[in-house]
Amino acid sequence: MTQRVGVVRFPGTNCEFDTIDAIRSLDGEAEVLWHGQYDLKNVDAIVIPGGFAHGDYLRCGAIAKFSPIMDSINSFAQDGGPVLGICNGFQVLTEAGLLPGALQKNAGMKFLCSMQQIEFVSTSNVLGHQSTAGDRLLIPINHFEGNYVCSPEVLTQMQAENRIVFRYTDNPNGSTADIAGICNQAGNVVGMMPHPERATSHLLGSTDGNSLLKSLLAA
Amino acid sequence: MSPAPEDASVHRALGLSDDEYQRIYELLDRHPNHLELAMYSVMWSEHCSYKSSKIHLKRLPTEAPWVLVGPGENAGVIDVGDDIAVAIRIESHNHPSAIEPYQGAATGVGGILRDIFTMGARPIAVMDPLRFGPIDDPRSRWIAEGVISGVSGYGNSVGVPTVGGEIVFDETYKGNPLVNVLAMGVLPTERLVLGQASGVGNLAVLLGASTGRDGIGGVSVLASAGFDESAEDTDKRPSVQVGDPFEEKRLLEACLELLDEGLVSGIQDLGGAGITCATSETASRGGAGMDVDVTAIHARENNMEPFELMTSESQERMLAIIKPEDLAQVEAISSRWEIKASVIGRVTGTGQLRILDGFDGDVLANLPASTLHDDAPEYNRPITPPSDLAERRAKDASQGPVSCVDDLLSLLRDPAWIYSQYDHQLFLNTVVGPGNDGTLLRLRNPRNGEETGRGIALSTDGNHRWCHIDPRQGTAMVVAEAVMNIACVGARPLAVVNCLNFGNPEHPEVMWQLSEAVDGMAEACIAFDAPVIGGNVSLYNETNAVDIAPTPVVGVIGMHPSLSTPPPSIGFPPDASLLLLGQVPDTHVSLAGSQWAWEIGECKDGTLPIFDLEQAVRTSQFVAEAVQKQRLLAVHDIGEGGLAVAAAEMAIDGGVGAQIIDHDDHLSMFNESGGRFLAVVGEKLVDTFLRDANDHGVPATQIGRTGGTSLNFGSEITIPVSELEFAYQNKLPEALGLGTVSA
Repeated sequence: MTQRVGVVRFPGTNCEFDTIDAIRSLDGEAEVLWHGQYDLKNVDAIVIPGGFAHGDYLRCGAIAKFSPIMDSINSFAQDGGPVLGICNGFQVLTEAGLLPGALQKNAGMKFLCSMQQIEFVSTSNVLGHQSTAGDRLLIPINHFEGNYVCSPEVLTQMQAENRIVFRYTDNPNGSTADIAGICNQAGNVVGMMPHPERATSHLLGSTDGNSLLKSLLAA
Repeated sequence: MSPAPEDASVHRALGLSDDEYQRIYELLDRHPNHLELAMYSVMWSEHCSYKSSKIHLKRLPTEAPWVLVGPGENAGVIDVGDDIAVAIRIESHNHPSAIEPYQGAATGVGGILRDIFTMGARPIAVMDPLRFGPIDDPRSRWIAEGVISGVSGYGNSVGVPTVGGEIVFDETYKGNPLVNVLAMGVLPTERLVLGQASGVGNLAVLLGASTGRDGIGGVSVLASAGFDESAEDTDKRPSVQVGDPFEEKRLLEACLELLDEGLVSGIQDLGGAGITCATSETASRGGAGMDVDVTAIHARENNMEPFELMTSESQERMLAIIKPEDLAQVEAISSRWEIKASVIGRVTGTGQLRILDGFDGDVLANLPASTLHDDAPEYNRPITPPSDLAERRAKDASQGPVSCVDDLLSLLRDPAWIYSQYDHQLFLNTVVGPGNDGTLLRLRNPRNGEETGRGIALSTDGNHRWCHIDPRQGTAMVVAEAVMNIACVGARPLAVVNCLNFGNPEHPEVMWQLSEAVDGMAEACIAFDAPVIGGNVSLYNETNAVDIAPTPVVGVIGMHPSLSTPPPSIGFPPDASLLLLGQVPDTHVSLAGSQWAWEIGECKDGTLPIFDLEQAVRTSQFVAEAVQKQRLLAVHDIGEGGLAVAAAEMAIDGGVGAQIIDHDDHLSMFNESGGRFLAVVGEKLVDTFLRDANDHGVPATQIGRTGGTSLNFGSEITIPVSELEFAYQNKLPEALGLGTVSA
């Protein structure tokens, strides 16, 4: 089935068209949602893509959470609508309180762009319909602030609730418990640092992102 | 009236010579006022006017049927078929980066991106050839780290991938690093716009950041003079601009939207010489004049003087020429992207550039717009080859303590530590990214993102060692090296852009180097049928009156005609045949100009190995076609460090060793004869392949087999691949004090 995906564009977002291209290559429909509007245009799923919303000058996602569209996304998520935050989008979701924890600077204090292996820990979420726990995927990372942190209580709770979606097999950034992606309790809101849209063609070195985006389209 | 000014110290302080003052006097038929003098001083600076190099640059080939825009515009543009055009430019930001590394490099990226979207193209790639002083020099390390962070911080945030580049550490750049930045963009051919103002009554709208006191006189005071150890260099810090990538990103999106909506008849970025340059260039290119109201310029501070507003190099600004009736729409788009837009000028038919205190106010400056660049002085500076040239060329560069294993290990360095800090994947085009020979990007239609089934290849190269010994042959070899790099990813060259980094043009020896380099570049570009479509000249790269080694850097752009599978990697596959393609070095091959001679033999002189340009053309074409036809299992060009370093990099990348016949002495391992490749083909295809090579006039010999866990040269030299890998990966992180990476 074909789903319509809304891809959010803040000033400073830069992965919106890559995400749209990737969704279209999987026969999904996609369109841009401008951050300054409330209207979600009746889309079936939302992606907050990577980039530097508002320049990330204050703290990643800290200004973006005040954009009008975030109010609508909040309600959409409460109603069970699928929401995926990729990289900067993950940071926005934590700032907006849709996901717990925060993303701080990489342990090496450098920006990192590289192909990374991640493992599906839990598939009980909108990205996992086509996968099995333990599946390993090659998906690029591209971030300075990807070092996930949360309180020990939140970590324990997330583990108990099967909410750790991905872990790095070789932790590149110091993330707590090797976390590369998490979801909310209902499994409809997922945040991940790696970029699945960058792993959608053999010419780019991996097609492992396709199963994740297909799962979102089928959610 | 006498042509002598009342106070000669005024124009001298602005960087104008007495002769240049006289020229201005004659053009105006009166004494210029202070504002006018300031405007001439920035536009006639070496950086803006190319006054020392222009006479030589005319010798470069610049035309081909596929060239849409050649040198002289903001960027060169070529037609790549399917009604798609590609805009490309390279620039230097050497002096600002020496003073303030992070901002110098960041604004270098910002400036070159504006040159690309000025043409109507969306920038999709940046490359950064970087050169620093010795890695064991703390200040050079500080500069290197700052520059790399600046490229990373600005480029990643503005959202343009950095897909390749170079990194070189050498004594010659101590105190004067070279920070060159190349940018490339794609556009629908019909959207091509030029930086010109036409249509009397049209408006000049200043878009983007407010104008501040940063970067005043950047082109004249900073870029057009050398460095010494005085406190004055520290005082130059306010001449470095501060970059804001978020402003640039919004400006970029707004400008592309204005162009998409057809609201702009001419557009020009504001870089060196700021508003003076943008207004005078657009006016004179369009054969028009312009009235500029300095009070309309949105400024960062109150009470800025007109000369400050007119020469400030504040970043992230553009000047768009629009019809008065489109103003409301232009303002609406600007406001959506949260950028400022002020009408600062009106196009006139007079040919005069008038600076006004309010459109109806006093005339602060009034000069013929075209005189600011068309009448800039052109110098034929004295040229003298070095007096000791013959003596230097007679030296034997092969002497020194030789230990082939240790030497090879010491010549290896992995640039991954640098390029992993750059987003090199954005836009989903990067098929072959940094760390390889050439970069290969998918070419997609800028209208709808659809794949064309073709690829654009890029490579930037420079080699100060070759060019120090022989600027003419060295430069030809540099062009060949770049063409060979893109051949490894299956591409043939279409065009060249250059960044000519040289010392002080007032030194006759430097002008000799420049002249020789231009001739070498012209010869190579003609041979490869790749015209020079743009570039930049950076002079006065000197510290304490010592000039840098001549460092012409080229960027080559090429086309892969049928991109369905990625080209082969450089990594050795197991159990295949290793071939050496291209020029056969003569028996007494020279090590002169090699990395070995420079770093281990400590000899910077001698005579370069013989270089056969026509042979390099044949060989690179043959390799590009072999890659396109997927006949090769691996391929790597032989460049810095010679055959041994190339083979080691292939072994490390594949995690597989090789047995190489002969080539077991430092001469054959480390010589840098140009025009050679290492290629790997399947055992069964060797005979056919060698025959084909022979039919194409390409020397080819099987020199070994891949396989095993060590790299062996002859019977004596054996190095485990794991040992090569450890040396390779740790060279830069260790030198930069970052600890050891496990192999």
